[in-house]
Amino acid sequence: MITIAEVEHVALLSRLDLSDEEKRMYAEQLGAILEYAGMLDELDTGNIPPTAHVLPLNNVFREDREGEHLPLEKAMQNAPDREGNFFKVPRIV
Amino acid sequence: MELVYMTAHELHRMLSAREISAEELCRAALDRIEKLDGRLGAFITVTGDLALDQARAVDRRIASGEEIPPLAGIPVAVKDVICTEGIPTTCGSRILSGFVPPYSATVIEKILARGMVMVGKTNMDEFAMGSSTENSGFFPASNPWDTDRVPGGSSGGSAVAVAAGQAVVALGSDTGGSIRQPASMCGVVGMKPTYGAVSRYGLVAYASSLDQIGPISRDVADCALVLNAISGHDPLDSTSAPGDRPDYTGFLNREIKGIKIGVPGEYMGEGIDPGVREVIGGALKVLSSLGAEIEEVSLPHSKYAIPAYYLIATAEASSNLARYDGVSYGYRVEDPKDVVDMYSRTRSRGFGTEVKRRIMLGTYALSAGYYDAYYLKALKVRTLIKQDFDRAFEKFDVLICPASPTTAFRKGEKMDDPLQMYLSDITTISVNLAGIPGISVPAGFSGGLPVGMQIMGRPFAEGTLLQVAHAFERSTDHHKKFPEL
Repeated sequence: MITIAEVEHVALLSRLDLSDEEKRMYAEQLGAILEYAGMLDELDTGNIPPTAHVLPLNNVFREDREGEHLPLEKAMQNAPDREGNFFKVPRIV
Repeated sequence: MELVYMTAHELHRMLSAREISAEELCRAALDRIEKLDGRLGAFITVTGDLALDQARAVDRRIASGEEIPPLAGIPVAVKDVICTEGIPTTCGSRILSGFVPPYSATVIEKILARGMVMVGKTNMDEFAMGSSTENSGFFPASNPWDTDRVPGGSSGGSAVAVAAGQAVVALGSDTGGSIRQPASMCGVVGMKPTYGAVSRYGLVAYASSLDQIGPISRDVADCALVLNAISGHDPLDSTSAPGDRPDYTGFLNREIKGIKIGVPGEYMGEGIDPGVREVIGGALKVLSSLGAEIEEVSLPHSKYAIPAYYLIATAEASSNLARYDGVSYGYRVEDPKDVVDMYSRTRSRGFGTEVKRRIMLGTYALSAGYYDAYYLKALKVRTLIKQDFDRAFEKFDVLICPASPTTAFRKGEKMDDPLQMYLSDITTISVNLAGIPGISVPAGFSGGLPVGMQIMGRPFAEGTLLQVAHAFERSTDHHKKFPEL
């Protein structure tokens, strides 16, 4: 079980505005899922390296040369709000 | 047989011989969508006019005497998580309603360059998070074999479209079983290629180290044709595997005498429906009669795959989905007080329950104090799961198990219990963690519902999977049974 305070902390980190009902539901469900995930502690992984990625690929480089990029108008086409060539957002400070 | 239930390789012959036109074929698929989709809910967007234009272009090529490539004129449905320039791409989410991508995914460029005819974008669990297509932000999809049941997920719409003859083939994406499990439940063929075999450029990310695009089709030969079309190195995807890919159709029509098949005991016992087990047992007898050598094998860390997956995938998702903030595209709430209010309320209203649940879980697993205990631990267990497969493939050419522990379940049955829903991916999920290829092929029926057999192989051994799958298909007729609609 995780507490409502923990749910609120994670919701803030996740930038989610949850209702009281959602907070109660996620506290219960996340608690159950994390308890289930606790089964991983049965395994001794002291000497096991982590696998973040399965392909033996490192640092993929390409030549540094001029190319075509997404035109500005296309990059802006889905903007919910804009002013000129800027994405417009509410005041930050 | 009805045009809509023919396969791409049969239709290619008919198109080339001018027995049918690409326009007729396209209209047959569009009529089928029109007639059935109110009940099936397979499509979020139907691209009828565009499809007819593409079909007529193929007809002009045929009329001019050109020899068309194998998939030209073939109707294809595309999961709505793959970007299509100028055509709405929603990922099954309200947060992307109205979003029109300014570019196309590499797989879209590839299928269009081959003259394929895109009939629409298919329904899915929101951001590919789910196993039943009930988490779609718009409407659930229904299984064509029994419309009170789910089609599986998350690529449920793509599997339904192929099973119901609304498209001849489809593209899906698979992060934990999202191609193979719905293919199994809808009685069609579905493959998750090796991680890196197919470009992810333009595939909207869920869990980047696990996501892979793959084909859904009505038979194994069509699967090989679509894989030929979409696989290959792509400089636009830094995780794309370098090197050439073989012609996958070269693996069809081969014998399987002497092929060594391992059957993981962990995927044939507890948690697997007895009816499913019986069908897979029967399928193994068919393979044995074809000369395959079958033995039991153990993948001892199998039971840890679900918890490891749900920590890794959600951690990656919590990071990937941070981009939906209402700033540069997608939904934004009205009258935000300030920027944090805009982010929080936009995301809370735009995302559905399961997506929020996974963002929360992933954020928790990555947060200070829990990173080592959950996320890092899961990455280490991922190594153990991968090593299980490495050891098994020292002895066996392929491994076989059910592609889903049950047949299609009833709508609503697992919606209130996320853990039960997660367990419906128990036989597919470890394949994504290990990065290996897996295919589900129709293996029979239990209680009138399709059962899929999953064949898993070494990295980049898609050819071997197709060889075994095709040998099985040539000896059976499950792929020639269609739902009554």
